[in-house]
Amino acid sequence: MNYFPDEVLEHVFDFITSHKDRNSVSLVCKSWYKIERYSRQRVFIGNCYSISPERLIARFPGLKSLTLKGKPHFADFNLVPHDWGGFVYPWIKALAKSRIGLEELRLKRMVVSDESLELLSKSFVNFKSLVLVSCEGFTTDGLAAIAANCRFLRELDLQENEVDDHRGHWLSCFPESCTSLISLNFACLRGEVNLGALERLVSRSPNLKSLRLNRAVPLDTLQKLLMRAPQLVDLGIGSYVHDPFSEVYNKLKIAIQRCKSIRSLSGFLEVAPHCMSAIYPICGNLTFLNLSYAPGLHGNKLMKLIQHCRKLQRLWILDCIGDKGLGVVALTCKELQELRVFPSDPFGAGNAAVTEEGLVLVSAGCPKLNSLLYFCQQMTNAALITVAKNCPNFIRFRLCILDPVKPDPVTNQPLDEGFGAIVQSCKGLKRLSLSGLLTDQVFLYIGMYAEQLEMLSIAFAADSDKGMLYVLNGCKKLRKLEIRDCPFGDAALLEDVGKYETMRSLWMSSCEVTLGGCKSVAEKMPSLNVEIIDECEQMEFNLDDKQKVDKMYLYRTLVGHRKDAPEYVSIL
Amino acid sequence: MAKEGLGMEITELRLGLPGGGTEKNEKKRVFSEISEEEETEKSNGPPELQSKSQVVGWPPVCSYRKKNSFGDKDGSKTSKFYVKVSMDGAPFLRKIDLALHKGYSDLAKALEKLFGEALRDAESCEFVPIYEDKDGDWMLAGDVPWEMFIESCKRLRIMKKADAKGFGVLQSREALNGTLKE
Repeated sequence: MNYFPDEVLEHVFDFITSHKDRNSVSLVCKSWYKIERYSRQRVFIGNCYSISPERLIARFPGLKSLTLKGKPHFADFNLVPHDWGGFVYPWIKALAKSRIGLEELRLKRMVVSDESLELLSKSFVNFKSLVLVSCEGFTTDGLAAIAANCRFLRELDLQENEVDDHRGHWLSCFPESCTSLISLNFACLRGEVNLGALERLVSRSPNLKSLRLNRAVPLDTLQKLLMRAPQLVDLGIGSYVHDPFSEVYNKLKIAIQRCKSIRSLSGFLEVAPHCMSAIYPICGNLTFLNLSYAPGLHGNKLMKLIQHCRKLQRLWILDCIGDKGLGVVALTCKELQELRVFPSDPFGAGNAAVTEEGLVLVSAGCPKLNSLLYFCQQMTNAALITVAKNCPNFIRFRLCILDPVKPDPVTNQPLDEGFGAIVQSCKGLKRLSLSGLLTDQVFLYIGMYAEQLEMLSIAFAADSDKGMLYVLNGCKKLRKLEIRDCPFGDAALLEDVGKYETMRSLWMSSCEVTLGGCKSVAEKMPSLNVEIIDECEQMEFNLDDKQKVDKMYLYRTLVGHRKDAPEYVSIL
Repeated sequence: MAKEGLGMEITELRLGLPGGGTEKNEKKRVFSEISEEEETEKSNGPPELQSKSQVVGWPPVCSYRKKNSFGDKDGSKTSKFYVKVSMDGAPFLRKIDLALHKGYSDLAKALEKLFGEALRDAESCEFVPIYEDKDGDWMLAGDVPWEMFIESCKRLRIMKKADAKGFGVLQSREALNGTLKE
């Protein structure tokens, strides 16, 4: 390979697009490292504290697209205090100062201020794409800056962010000259938008393929938008409330029929279930249907809708679909690969309407199923064993029984055998979340069989340190481990501290690890940041090493202790 | 006491050796006890939607989804977050549904509406919003994420700042965006 000029190698590397592969390429030799780094355009950073913006910029001067993730996953469930970290501003500031021609920024679980958005919008002439997932800290003013200043914006995709909606005119800030939009998703905004501005924007965006509206966009506007954008591939409906005998509804039916390219449908944030028949004409082509924010749609209306969706590959639904409804899915959606069933009552009260029966039906009817998120009332070992047999292709298997320590209701046994069957059968399993009554045994199985496992979430499980040890010793590809309320202590934590350098991060909360144990890890592994999150501020007064640590988050890093940690976080 | 605030166990004084065997099962058993209790309550009476969220962060539904599964026109859900609100100097208490508010500033506006007159008539100009949490402790409102707050708040009290010192509330944080000041 030394005989090829750099340009040839660069051309070859162009075909290598996955981050993992490009990382491997850079490790081969010095000259490959050099060629790879100059030609690299897309970089993924799974933990924003593992590296600094300065080092990123120094290594990849040709950077065009950056993906950053901030807070640990359990932050989604309020286990991480509000201002823990994950600020994007320093990144944008450093990139703005450099010569990097940033075109795309994708952020997950980060704190994004209006200031950051403004700076972003003014610093990169060719900026094209902003994707924010589960972020917070900004208002519609920041969005206005993006709209106004990014002349070649193609994508503005806001997914499940906490946005302070100032009900301003951010949409009106897209200049008349902006005709480049391909994707616009503002479903998570709560406030009113200027409907006229929205209509004009859609009219002048011939390349618009994806449009997800918020709750404030009424039906007659939807109808007008669809008339102007029949080329849409992905549609998120905001409000779907109307009188089935109205003029608007008739117009809507016509508009929808013209949209022959829609493959993905979501939203229905407000829904009148008796009007779903207008949607039927496009159901036959849908590959993705997300009704998880539409609790108003259930029972027969829901089932009728699903019966029209024969090509569905991904379905996100609420548990009010019931086991019976899942039976309909099993009969209809033979191409189904991903199923997510969310609880209609997210606070866990009341009874979830799905049980192990629904899951078994889907596993039997949908052999291509490979990704599952399932909130249910109960689960049995027998059901899990059947599911494992029916669907050996699971890549993601996340089960959440609403009572997290519930045993198999039929046999009163822990669910060790059921999950054991899953890991044994699904040889490609990369992500697993456990729940139900579980002993150390399930972890023995996981350590033995889950060879491809990269991410594991454990809550209220195990009997002893052995559980954690089985996992750490067995799962060679483990990258992220998050544990809450398990009896794992220092012995497990300290058994193989070198392992943590091969992982992105470890989260342990309400376990048995002590301050002394955590200090020991930090001492032995200077390449790790070991953070103790102590909201109750007990550690201030009691620095006893035997004190149990409420929340510990450790992660590998090349840049040492971060400087932006709040008072209640100690980095050992 | 053992049944409340599972996430706060670390603050409880306990007898016994640290890391002892019984402790490991205690958490699981305590949680099961709560679940069992609620199961029997449900089978006895009419199906009340009781809050099973004795534990922070369970079930693991992301906070965006939790917030946006509310307030549907459907109306089939009963609200779980009615709390009493008292204000020093006001003749009677009010009740407020925390679930209807998006955050602390929203709540502040609502409280102002409820107690507007009393606030204006009061002699001292500053008030401190405090709440009683599940453990029976009086806490300054505004420290924890809104989500956590509505799950743990049992009652609210708008206290005169002058009285605040007696409660050991040390800092004068404008927790509710200072909207409770005259």
